[in-house]
Amino acid sequence: MLFLQLFYTFFKIGLFGFGGGYAMLSMIQAEVVNRHKWVTTAEFTDIVAISQMTPGPIGINSATYVGYASVVGAGYSDTWGVLGSVLATFAVSLPSFILMLSISRLLLKHKSHPVITGIFKGLRPAVVGLIASAALLLMTPANFGTPSGSPFQFATSLCLFFAAFIAVKQFKVSPILVIVIAGAIGGIFL
Amino acid sequence: MIFLQLFYIFLKIGLFTIGGGYAMIPLIEREIVNKHHWISRNEFTDLLAVAQSVPGVFAVNMAVFIGYKKKKLAGSVVTALGTILPSFLIILLIALFFRQFKDIPLVASIFKGIRPAVVALIAVPVFNVARSAHINRYTVWIPVVCALLIWLLGVSPIWIIIASGTLGYLFSDKQKKGKTPKGKSAD
Repeated sequence: MLFLQLFYTFFKIGLFGFGGGYAMLSMIQAEVVNRHKWVTTAEFTDIVAISQMTPGPIGINSATYVGYASVVGAGYSDTWGVLGSVLATFAVSLPSFILMLSISRLLLKHKSHPVITGIFKGLRPAVVGLIASAALLLMTPANFGTPSGSPFQFATSLCLFFAAFIAVKQFKVSPILVIVIAGAIGGIFL
Repeated sequence: MIFLQLFYIFLKIGLFTIGGGYAMIPLIEREIVNKHHWISRNEFTDLLAVAQSVPGVFAVNMAVFIGYKKKKLAGSVVTALGTILPSFLIILLIALFFRQFKDIPLVASIFKGIRPAVVALIAVPVFNVARSAHINRYTVWIPVVCALLIWLLGVSPIWIIIASGTLGYLFSDKQKKGKTPKGKSAD
Protein backbone atom coordinates (compact mmCIF):
# COMPACT_ATOMS: atom_id res chain seq x y z
CA MET A 1 0.00 0.00 0.00
CA LEU A 2 2.78 2.42 0.97
CA PHE A 3 4.66 1.43 -2.17
CA LEU A 4 1.62 2.04 -4.34
CA GLN A 5 1.12 5.41 -2.71
CA LEU A 6 4.78 6.29 -3.21
CA PHE A 7 4.57 5.41 -6.87
CA TYR A 8 1.33 7.30 -7.41
CA THR A 9 2.49 10.41 -5.55
CA PHE A 10 5.82 10.73 -7.34
CA PHE A 11 4.29 9.90 -10.70
CA LYS A 12 1.88 12.79 -10.12
CA ILE A 13 4.73 15.10 -9.11
CA GLY A 14 6.61 14.15 -12.27
CA LEU A 15 3.51 14.66 -14.40
CA PHE A 16 2.48 18.08 -13.11
CA GLY A 17 5.84 19.50 -12.15
CA PHE A 18 6.26 22.11 -14.85
CA GLY A 19 9.24 24.39 -15.10
CA GLY A 20 11.88 22.15 -13.62
CA GLY A 21 13.37 21.76 -10.16
CA TYR A 22 12.46 24.69 -7.99
CA ALA A 23 8.95 25.02 -9.39
CA MET A 24 8.43 21.40 -8.33
CA LEU A 25 9.49 22.03 -4.76
CA SER A 26 6.23 23.47 -3.45
CA MET A 27 4.33 20.58 -4.96
CA ILE A 28 6.66 17.98 -3.47
CA GLN A 29 6.34 19.69 -0.10
CA ALA A 30 2.53 19.73 -0.28
CA GLU A 31 2.45 16.01 -1.06
CA VAL A 32 5.16 14.43 1.08
CA VAL A 33 5.13 16.76 4.11
CA ASN A 34 1.60 18.09 4.46
CA ARG A 35 -0.49 15.33 2.95
CA HIS A 36 1.31 12.03 3.56
CA LYS A 37 3.58 13.15 6.41
CA TRP A 38 6.36 10.90 5.10
CA VAL A 39 8.95 13.45 6.25
CA THR A 40 8.79 16.41 8.64
CA THR A 41 9.20 20.05 7.54
CA ALA A 42 12.70 20.13 9.08
CA GLU A 43 13.65 16.95 7.24
CA PHE A 44 12.29 18.41 4.02
CA THR A 45 14.41 21.55 4.47
CA ASP A 46 17.41 19.25 4.91
CA ILE A 47 16.52 17.42 1.70
CA VAL A 48 16.44 20.74 -0.16
CA ALA A 49 19.83 21.70 1.32
CA ILE A 50 21.32 18.31 0.43
CA SER A 51 19.85 18.56 -3.08
CA GLN A 52 21.58 21.88 -3.55
CA MET A 53 24.84 20.34 -2.43
CA THR A 54 24.69 17.22 -4.55
CA PRO A 55 24.50 16.78 -8.29
CA GLY A 56 21.31 15.98 -10.06
CA PRO A 57 17.86 17.42 -10.54
CA ILE A 58 16.08 18.35 -7.33
CA GLY A 59 12.98 16.36 -8.35
CA ILE A 60 15.06 13.19 -8.56
CA ASN A 61 17.01 13.99 -5.37
CA SER A 62 13.89 14.42 -3.27
CA ALA A 63 12.22 11.33 -4.74
CA THR A 64 15.25 9.18 -3.89
CA TYR A 65 15.48 10.53 -0.35
CA VAL A 66 11.76 10.49 0.47
CA GLY A 67 11.38 7.03 -1.09
CA TYR A 68 13.91 5.70 1.37
CA ALA A 69 12.85 7.75 4.41
CA SER A 70 9.13 7.01 4.11
CA VAL A 71 9.60 3.24 3.89
CA VAL A 72 12.13 3.07 6.74
CA GLY A 73 9.95 5.48 8.74
CA ALA A 74 7.06 3.01 8.39
CA GLY A 75 9.18 0.35 10.12
CA TYR A 76 10.60 -1.57 7.17
CA SER A 77 14.28 -2.58 6.85
CA ASP A 78 16.98 -0.72 4.92
CA THR A 79 16.62 -3.13 1.99
CA TRP A 80 12.98 -2.19 1.58
CA GLY A 81 14.02 1.43 1.97
CA VAL A 82 16.37 1.10 -1.00
CA LEU A 83 13.52 -0.44 -3.00
CA GLY A 84 11.34 2.49 -1.97
CA SER A 85 13.88 4.96 -3.29
CA VAL A 86 14.23 3.05 -6.57
CA LEU A 87 10.45 3.07 -6.94
CA ALA A 88 10.01 6.79 -6.17
CA THR A 89 12.89 7.79 -8.47
CA PHE A 90 11.47 5.63 -11.25
CA ALA A 91 7.97 7.07 -10.71
CA VAL A 92 9.08 10.71 -10.79
CA SER A 93 11.06 10.21 -14.03
CA LEU A 94 8.45 8.11 -15.85
CA PRO A 95 6.07 10.90 -16.98
CA SER A 96 8.97 12.98 -18.38
CA PHE A 97 10.25 9.94 -20.13
CA ILE A 98 6.98 8.93 -21.78
CA LEU A 99 5.91 12.47 -22.70
CA MET A 100 9.30 13.47 -24.01
CA LEU A 101 9.60 10.25 -26.00
CA SER A 102 6.33 10.88 -27.85
CA ILE A 103 7.21 14.52 -28.40
CA SER A 104 10.69 13.66 -29.71
CA ARG A 105 9.15 11.21 -32.15
CA LEU A 106 6.64 13.80 -33.35
CA LEU A 107 9.18 16.58 -33.64
CA LEU A 108 11.77 14.60 -35.54
CA LYS A 109 9.09 13.41 -37.96
CA HIS A 110 7.41 16.76 -38.60
CA LYS A 111 10.15 19.25 -37.90
CA SER A 112 9.55 21.19 -41.10
CA HIS A 113 5.77 21.40 -40.66
CA PRO A 114 4.75 25.10 -40.78
CA VAL A 115 2.85 24.89 -37.46
CA ILE A 116 5.92 23.53 -35.67
CA THR A 117 8.38 25.95 -37.25
CA GLY A 118 5.99 28.80 -36.44
CA ILE A 119 5.72 27.79 -32.79
CA PHE A 120 9.50 27.51 -32.49
CA LYS A 121 10.01 30.89 -34.09
CA GLY A 122 8.00 32.35 -31.22
CA LEU A 123 9.60 30.16 -28.56
CA ARG A 124 13.28 30.86 -29.36
CA PRO A 125 13.52 34.46 -28.11
CA ALA A 126 11.43 33.55 -25.05
CA VAL A 127 13.78 30.71 -24.13
CA VAL A 128 16.63 33.22 -23.88
CA GLY A 129 14.51 35.09 -21.33
CA LEU A 130 13.70 31.87 -19.44
CA ILE A 131 17.35 30.99 -18.99
CA ALA A 132 18.18 34.58 -17.99
CA SER A 133 15.46 34.47 -15.34
CA ALA A 134 16.87 31.21 -13.97
CA ALA A 135 20.26 32.88 -13.51
CA LEU A 136 18.68 36.00 -11.97
CA LEU A 137 16.59 33.94 -9.55
CA LEU A 138 19.76 32.28 -8.25
CA MET A 139 21.55 35.56 -7.51
CA THR A 140 20.51 35.46 -3.88
CA PRO A 141 22.24 36.08 -0.51
CA ALA A 142 22.10 32.31 0.05
CA ASN A 143 24.33 31.76 -2.98
CA PHE A 144 26.52 34.89 -2.88
CA GLY A 145 26.52 36.12 0.73
CA THR A 146 25.81 39.79 1.50
CA PRO A 147 28.15 42.83 1.31
CA SER A 148 27.41 43.78 4.93
CA GLY A 149 27.02 40.37 6.60
CA SER A 150 29.87 38.50 4.93
CA PRO A 151 31.97 40.93 2.84
CA PHE A 152 34.76 38.43 2.17
CA GLN A 153 32.40 35.71 0.96
CA PHE A 154 30.47 38.25 -1.13
CA ALA A 155 33.63 39.56 -2.84
CA THR A 156 34.96 36.04 -3.43
CA SER A 157 31.59 34.96 -4.82
CA LEU A 158 31.54 37.86 -7.27
CA CYS A 159 35.09 37.06 -8.40
CA LEU A 160 34.18 33.38 -8.82
CA PHE A 161 31.07 34.32 -10.76
CA PHE A 162 32.88 36.57 -13.25
CA ALA A 163 35.92 34.28 -13.51
CA ALA A 164 33.69 31.27 -14.23
CA PHE A 165 31.63 33.24 -16.73
CA ILE A 166 34.66 34.45 -18.69
CA ALA A 167 36.40 31.06 -18.50
CA VAL A 168 33.42 29.20 -19.99
CA LYS A 169 32.20 31.89 -22.39
CA GLN A 170 35.46 33.27 -23.82
CA PHE A 171 38.00 30.54 -23.23
CA LYS A 172 35.70 27.50 -23.59
CA VAL A 173 37.03 25.96 -20.38
CA SER A 174 35.17 22.76 -19.44
CA PRO A 175 32.28 23.49 -17.04
CA ILE A 176 33.36 20.43 -15.02
CA LEU A 177 36.82 21.90 -14.46
CA VAL A 178 35.23 25.22 -13.45
CA ILE A 179 33.05 23.51 -10.84
CA VAL A 180 36.00 21.55 -9.44
CA ILE A 181 38.22 24.66 -9.16
CA ALA A 182 35.43 26.78 -7.66
CA GLY A 183 34.82 24.01 -5.10
CA ALA A 184 38.51 23.88 -4.23
CA ILE A 185 38.67 27.67 -3.80
CA GLY A 186 35.55 27.52 -1.62
CA GLY A 187 37.02 24.70 0.48
CA ILE A 188 40.23 26.63 1.09
CA PHE A 189 39.02 30.21 1.51
CA LEU A 190 35.32 30.24 2.41
CA MET B 1 29.80 1.40 -28.68
CA ILE B 2 27.50 4.34 -29.34
CA PHE B 3 25.35 3.19 -26.38
CA LEU B 4 28.37 3.18 -24.09
CA GLN B 5 29.28 6.63 -25.33
CA LEU B 6 25.74 7.94 -24.79
CA PHE B 7 25.66 6.46 -21.30
CA TYR B 8 29.08 7.80 -20.35
CA ILE B 9 28.38 11.33 -21.58
CA PHE B 10 25.06 11.60 -19.77
CA LEU B 11 26.52 10.04 -16.64
CA LYS B 12 29.09 12.84 -16.69
CA ILE B 13 26.35 15.40 -17.28
CA GLY B 14 24.26 13.95 -14.43
CA LEU B 15 27.25 13.96 -12.11
CA PHE B 16 28.04 17.64 -12.62
CA THR B 17 24.52 19.03 -12.76
CA ILE B 18 24.57 20.99 -9.54
CA GLY B 19 21.88 23.53 -8.73
CA GLY B 20 19.06 22.39 -10.98
CA GLY B 21 18.77 21.36 -14.60
CA TYR B 22 19.79 24.68 -16.14
CA ALA B 23 23.36 24.29 -14.94
CA MET B 24 23.75 21.37 -17.33
CA ILE B 25 23.09 23.51 -20.43
CA PRO B 26 26.73 24.52 -21.12
CA LEU B 27 27.86 20.96 -20.47
CA ILE B 28 25.34 19.45 -22.89
CA GLU B 29 26.15 22.14 -25.44
CA ARG B 30 29.86 21.36 -25.20
CA GLU B 31 29.47 17.58 -25.40
CA ILE B 32 26.54 17.14 -27.77
CA VAL B 33 26.73 20.17 -30.06
CA ASN B 34 30.41 21.16 -30.20
CA LYS B 35 32.22 17.89 -29.66
CA HIS B 36 30.04 15.13 -31.09
CA HIS B 37 27.78 17.16 -33.42
CA TRP B 38 24.81 14.95 -32.54
CA ILE B 39 22.42 17.89 -32.83
CA SER B 40 22.83 21.28 -34.49
CA ARG B 41 22.92 24.59 -32.62
CA ASN B 42 19.41 25.47 -33.81
CA GLU B 43 18.08 22.09 -32.77
CA PHE B 44 19.69 22.65 -29.39
CA THR B 45 17.84 25.95 -28.90
CA ASP B 46 14.56 24.31 -29.90
CA LEU B 47 15.27 21.41 -27.57
CA LEU B 48 15.69 23.86 -24.67
CA ALA B 49 12.21 25.20 -25.43
CA VAL B 50 10.67 21.73 -25.64
CA ALA B 51 12.38 20.42 -22.50
CA GLN B 52 11.00 23.46 -20.67
CA SER B 53 7.45 22.97 -21.95
CA VAL B 54 7.18 19.29 -21.12
CA PRO B 55 6.42 18.70 -17.44
CA GLY B 56 8.84 16.80 -15.28
CA VAL B 57 12.54 16.83 -14.85
CA PHE B 58 14.30 19.19 -17.28
CA ALA B 59 17.54 17.20 -17.35
CA VAL B 60 15.71 13.94 -18.14
CA ASN B 61 13.74 15.66 -20.91
CA MET B 62 16.94 16.85 -22.58
CA ALA B 63 18.51 13.39 -22.25
CA VAL B 64 15.50 11.57 -23.69
CA PHE B 65 15.40 13.71 -26.84
CA ILE B 66 19.08 13.31 -27.60
CA GLY B 67 18.99 9.58 -26.85
CA TYR B 68 15.95 9.15 -29.05
CA LYS B 69 17.49 11.07 -31.91
CA LYS B 70 20.61 8.90 -31.85
CA LYS B 71 19.20 5.44 -31.13
CA LYS B 72 15.40 5.58 -30.75
CA LEU B 73 13.83 4.05 -27.60
CA ALA B 74 16.93 2.16 -26.49
CA GLY B 75 19.03 5.30 -26.81
CA SER B 76 16.65 7.34 -24.69
CA VAL B 77 16.55 4.66 -21.97
CA VAL B 78 20.36 4.74 -21.84
CA THR B 79 20.64 8.55 -21.69
CA ALA B 80 17.86 8.88 -19.09
CA LEU B 81 19.50 6.22 -16.89
CA GLY B 82 22.87 7.90 -17.24
CA THR B 83 21.44 11.25 -16.15
CA ILE B 84 19.55 9.87 -13.15
CA LEU B 85 22.08 7.34 -11.85
CA PRO B 86 24.70 9.64 -10.24
CA SER B 87 22.18 11.67 -8.25
CA PHE B 88 20.28 8.53 -7.27
CA LEU B 89 23.37 6.78 -5.92
CA ILE B 90 24.68 9.84 -4.08
CA ILE B 91 21.37 10.64 -2.39
CA LEU B 92 20.84 7.00 -1.51
CA LEU B 93 24.27 6.81 0.15
CA ILE B 94 23.53 10.01 2.06
CA ALA B 95 20.12 8.71 3.16
CA LEU B 96 21.63 5.39 4.25
CA PHE B 97 24.84 6.44 6.00
CA PHE B 98 25.35 10.11 6.06
CA ARG B 99 22.38 12.22 7.07
CA GLN B 100 24.65 14.83 8.68
CA PHE B 101 26.33 15.45 5.29
CA LYS B 102 25.16 19.05 5.06
CA ASP B 103 26.49 19.94 8.52
CA ILE B 104 30.13 19.19 7.68
CA PRO B 105 31.94 22.57 7.58
CA LEU B 106 34.25 21.60 4.70
CA VAL B 107 31.31 20.48 2.54
CA ALA B 108 29.49 23.72 3.30
CA SER B 109 32.49 25.87 2.29
CA ILE B 110 33.15 23.88 -0.88
CA PHE B 111 29.59 24.60 -1.93
CA LYS B 112 29.95 28.27 -1.06
CA GLY B 113 32.56 28.31 -3.82
CA ILE B 114 30.58 26.18 -6.26
CA ARG B 115 27.29 28.08 -6.11
CA PRO B 116 28.42 31.40 -7.67
CA ALA B 117 30.22 29.43 -10.40
CA VAL B 118 27.02 27.50 -11.12
CA VAL B 119 25.10 30.75 -11.52
CA ALA B 120 27.75 31.78 -14.07
CA LEU B 121 27.28 28.45 -15.88
CA ILE B 122 23.60 29.34 -16.24
CA ALA B 123 24.39 32.89 -17.39
CA VAL B 124 26.65 31.72 -20.24
CA PRO B 125 23.92 30.00 -22.33
CA VAL B 126 21.82 33.17 -22.16
CA PHE B 127 24.29 34.74 -24.58
CA ASN B 128 25.02 31.64 -26.64
CA VAL B 129 21.33 30.87 -27.13
CA ALA B 130 20.62 34.54 -27.91
CA ARG B 131 23.08 34.29 -30.78
CA SER B 132 21.57 31.13 -32.24
CA ALA B 133 18.04 32.56 -31.79
CA HIS B 134 19.20 35.57 -33.88
CA ILE B 135 18.35 38.10 -31.19
CA ASN B 136 19.13 41.61 -32.48
CA ARG B 137 18.43 45.13 -31.26
CA TYR B 138 14.84 44.95 -32.55
CA THR B 139 14.00 41.69 -30.82
CA VAL B 140 16.06 42.00 -27.64
CA TRP B 141 13.02 43.33 -25.76
CA ILE B 142 11.35 39.89 -25.98
CA PRO B 143 13.84 37.95 -23.78
CA VAL B 144 14.21 40.98 -21.48
CA VAL B 145 10.46 41.23 -20.89
CA CYS B 146 10.16 37.44 -20.43
CA ALA B 147 12.99 37.38 -17.89
CA LEU B 148 11.58 40.34 -15.94
CA LEU B 149 8.08 38.82 -15.86
CA ILE B 150 9.48 35.63 -14.32
CA TRP B 151 12.10 37.23 -12.08
CA LEU B 152 10.19 40.21 -10.67
CA LEU B 153 6.53 39.27 -11.02
CA GLY B 154 6.85 35.54 -10.40
CA VAL B 155 5.04 34.58 -13.62
CA SER B 156 5.34 30.83 -14.24
CA PRO B 157 7.64 29.96 -17.18
CA ILE B 158 4.91 27.75 -18.56
CA TRP B 159 2.73 30.81 -19.35
CA ILE B 160 5.64 32.47 -21.13
CA ILE B 161 6.11 29.33 -23.22
CA ILE B 162 2.42 29.01 -24.08
CA ALA B 163 2.13 32.72 -24.98
CA SER B 164 5.29 32.89 -27.10
CA GLY B 165 4.53 29.62 -28.91
CA THR B 166 1.00 30.81 -29.72
CA LEU B 167 2.25 34.20 -30.93
CA GLY B 168 4.91 32.52 -33.05
CA TYR B 169 2.29 30.24 -34.61
CA LEU B 170 -0.21 33.06 -35.27
CA PHE B 171 2.45 35.34 -36.71
CA SER B 172 3.91 32.75 -39.08
CA ASP B 173 0.38 31.69 -40.05
CA LYS B 174 -0.33 35.22 -41.23
CA GLN B 175 2.91 35.34 -43.19
CA LYS B 176 2.01 32.08 -44.87
CA LYS B 177 -1.49 33.32 -45.76
CA GLY B 178 0.05 36.42 -47.26
CA LYS B 179 2.09 34.22 -49.57
CA THR B 180 -0.56 31.66 -50.51
CA PRO B 181 -3.81 33.27 -51.78
CA LYS B 182 -5.92 30.16 -51.14
CA GLY B 183 -5.45 30.51 -47.34
CA LYS B 184 -8.49 30.12 -45.11
CA SER B 185 -10.17 33.22 -43.74
CA ALA B 186 -8.97 34.41 -40.37
CA ASP B 187 -10.96 33.26 -37.38
